Amino acid sequence: MRMAFLEITDLRKTARQGQSLVDILKGINLTVQRGEVLALIGPTGSGKTTLLRQIGLLDGPTGGRIIFDGVSMAGAGERALLQARRRMAMVFQKPVMFRGSVQGNVSFGLKVRGRNDGERVRSALHAVGLSGYEERDAATLSGGEMQRIALARALVLQPELLLLDEPTANLDPKSAKSIDGIIQSLASENITVIMATHNMQQCRKLADRVAVLLGGRLVKLGRPDEVFGDREVCDQMLCSSDGI
Amino acid sequence: MQEIWGGFVRAIDLIITLNAQVVEITTRSLYISLSSAFLAAVICVPLGGLIEFHSFRGKKILVNLIQTLYSLPTVTVGLIVFLLISRSGPLGSLGLLFSPWGMVFGQAILVSPIMIGLTVTALAAVSPQIKDTARSLGATEIQIIVTVINEARQAVMAAVLLGFGRALSEVGVAMMIGGNIRGYTRVLTTSIALETSMGNLELSMALGMILISISLVINLLLNRVQGR
Amino acid sequence: MARKILLTALSVLALAVLCCSAVAADGARLKLATTTSLQDTGLLDLVKEKFDEKYNVSLDVVSGGTGIAIQYGERGDVDALLVHDKERELKFIKDGHGLERRCIAYNYFYIIGPKDDPAGIKDMNASQAFAVIMEKGKANANKVKFVSRGDNSGTHSREKQLWKKAGLNYSQVNSSGPWYIDAGQGMGATLNLANEKQGYTLTDMSTFMAYQGNLTLVPLIEGGSDLLNVYVAIAVNPAKHPGVNCTLANQFIDFLVSNEGQDLIAGYGKEKFGRALFSPARGNCTLIGCSDGECAAPTAASCAAA
Ligand SMILES: Nc1ncnc2c1ncn2[C@@H]1O[C@H](COP(=O)(O)OP(=O)(O)OP(=O)(O)O)[C@@H](O)[C@H]1O
Ligand SMILES: [Mg+2]
Repeated sequence: MRMAFLEITDLRKTARQGQSLVDILKGINLTVQRGEVLALIGPTGSGKTTLLRQIGLLDGPTGGRIIFDGVSMAGAGERALLQARRRMAMVFQKPVMFRGSVQGNVSFGLKVRGRNDGERVRSALHAVGLSGYEERDAATLSGGEMQRIALARALVLQPELLLLDEPTANLDPKSAKSIDGIIQSLASENITVIMATHNMQQCRKLADRVAVLLGGRLVKLGRPDEVFGDREVCDQMLCSSDGI
Repeated sequence: MQEIWGGFVRAIDLIITLNAQVVEITTRSLYISLSSAFLAAVICVPLGGLIEFHSFRGKKILVNLIQTLYSLPTVTVGLIVFLLISRSGPLGSLGLLFSPWGMVFGQAILVSPIMIGLTVTALAAVSPQIKDTARSLGATEIQIIVTVINEARQAVMAAVLLGFGRALSEVGVAMMIGGNIRGYTRVLTTSIALETSMGNLELSMALGMILISISLVINLLLNRVQGR
Repeated sequence: MARKILLTALSVLALAVLCCSAVAADGARLKLATTTSLQDTGLLDLVKEKFDEKYNVSLDVVSGGTGIAIQYGERGDVDALLVHDKERELKFIKDGHGLERRCIAYNYFYIIGPKDDPAGIKDMNASQAFAVIMEKGKANANKVKFVSRGDNSGTHSREKQLWKKAGLNYSQVNSSGPWYIDAGQGMGATLNLANEKQGYTLTDMSTFMAYQGNLTLVPLIEGGSDLLNVYVAIAVNPAKHPGVNCTLANQFIDFLVSNEGQDLIAGYGKEKFGRALFSPARGNCTLIGCSDGECAAPTAASCAAA
């Protein structure tokens, strides 16, 4: 069998909350293949963002390990981490903008790699539906615009692994739909996407597989129809009226 | 009162007629203090970045210590730097004592705590999300520091300006390290001290007024930079 | 907007560094530590002008009391000294820090005080006068006060010698009551303080002349060998302090003892104060207690470092 693109073994994360230590991730095991679209769902506070940050190599785990494309990230040096990070990109749940223009923001990742390509910036902005925004001051963007610029900032890097934390949470239905289109087209380019979401329809439409997190544990993993057909999951997730 | 008014009038006269001595001393003061602020900034801003971005044991104590040194007496710094760069001191072979370079070195040390401390404060005010975003987009650790400094550039600039103001208005280091040599290391503050002791109060007042005006300009710039 | 400010600030800073590097690339400099009296009277400004022009160098004058000047010499921070305290000069040379003494100029110390002379010291000799001032001062510190430099300068050193000569122990004198005021400042500031307090003080004649306009105090005792004030130049020994510029220092001392230098000294102050502030050493060697070798003769010691 071909080696998995991403292999997560017994991943644990403990964090300090005031005086006490709290287990946020309690031993996650997960394997993702190249080109797969994986949705992370689970009630708020279940650990989706924490898991994405672990995969994005932004925080070190308390225990367990992540193997990215055959290389273990446990105990990897700063260089190896940087190399791995440069093959990924992440869009945060509440994106922040760097000071300056939209152009400066979208080209950030290119510049730190010693490249700057106006054409790529333009096409990334076009992809998120914000053509002509180059010279806008990033501080003046609306929440939804910021979220889409943050996506363009990641797309422009043509990452092999894209991590999205609720990418359409702030968007109107039309914009959300166009973002969904982008994600679909990424899948056809063999780009791996892991996204946290609360939107079950998006989940059904886009995901190859769905992982359900609950209290820091992975309680269910499977194709969308399998997962949403599971009565127990549905109960725990307090399934809403939108058909799941 | 008569004396103050007379001095004031004469001072204005010295300034508007661009008295050669006054212009020369003012220029020297400016470039020495600007150089020391520049030298200190080049070292202290990155150093502030390193302190802010690394967690290590005793970090809080270190930052507290640096803040205590904000009001380091200038004569103490003067004395320490004197002992360092005197020919009999460890850096004696550089021949820095009684030269403008020595003053730049001494003043840079004097303003370092302010610049480092205020840089740390400025950087701490930047949202930690900026760091995460830069890192997730593939920035190296150094690029991350540069990014965060750039986000806080107004506050960092203010730190540098404050350092410049302190360098310009201090007298201890300038006197002890420069030696107040006419035409070489004599600056506004040391001139004021000397001219006052020699009873040339009008010249002292003129120089004092220039010093105050420059401080005023720095202050205006500061407010501007901080967007007030 | 912020970017513009940043850019301007940066370019100003870059400019400053350029200016400073221009200063660094300067020619030969002679560092001279001197007692305040020679600097404050303006004599050295004149000497500098002539010397700089003649040798195309820059004479950098750092002024302080004799005590600090000798310390700069002992640390090798200056190339030459101009001081006035024979005992310490001899020790400086004996310890190997300096090459040779050259007597340059002289004048006298004054004991000055309020015009009505509350202690009644007029026409006494100096040490007698000191004893009387102390006695009257202890009896009534409101009427009789003495202000001391208290800064280890040559003048302060002379004051201590005079107390000793009067048969008194200096450490007892300076703690014997409020009549004795320790200024801890240069001559000018001490004169101003003595004037405010209407006290007696010991001053070199030249600084007194230069400040006379602002003072109501008058000279009460002048002249006499006790109050002789001899200014001496010494080059710092390159064998002990390899960093110093001994050749230039010797050139400077030779300039001072030359006829040109001695004429400068003899003429200084006539225009501004109506009389010369210093007398040249030339022709007065015996009077001022300098040997022929020490007096107004070109330097003889070699500059070869050990
Ligand atoms: N740095 C931290 N220190 C302490 N506790 C943390 C930290 N980060 C997250 N947590 C806690 O861990 C739990 C999981 O947080 P996480 O942000 O991963 O949830 P989530 O599944 O993304 O939730 P949401 O759907 O609301 O975004 C929460 O209870 C949160 O308060
Ligand atoms: Mg979250």
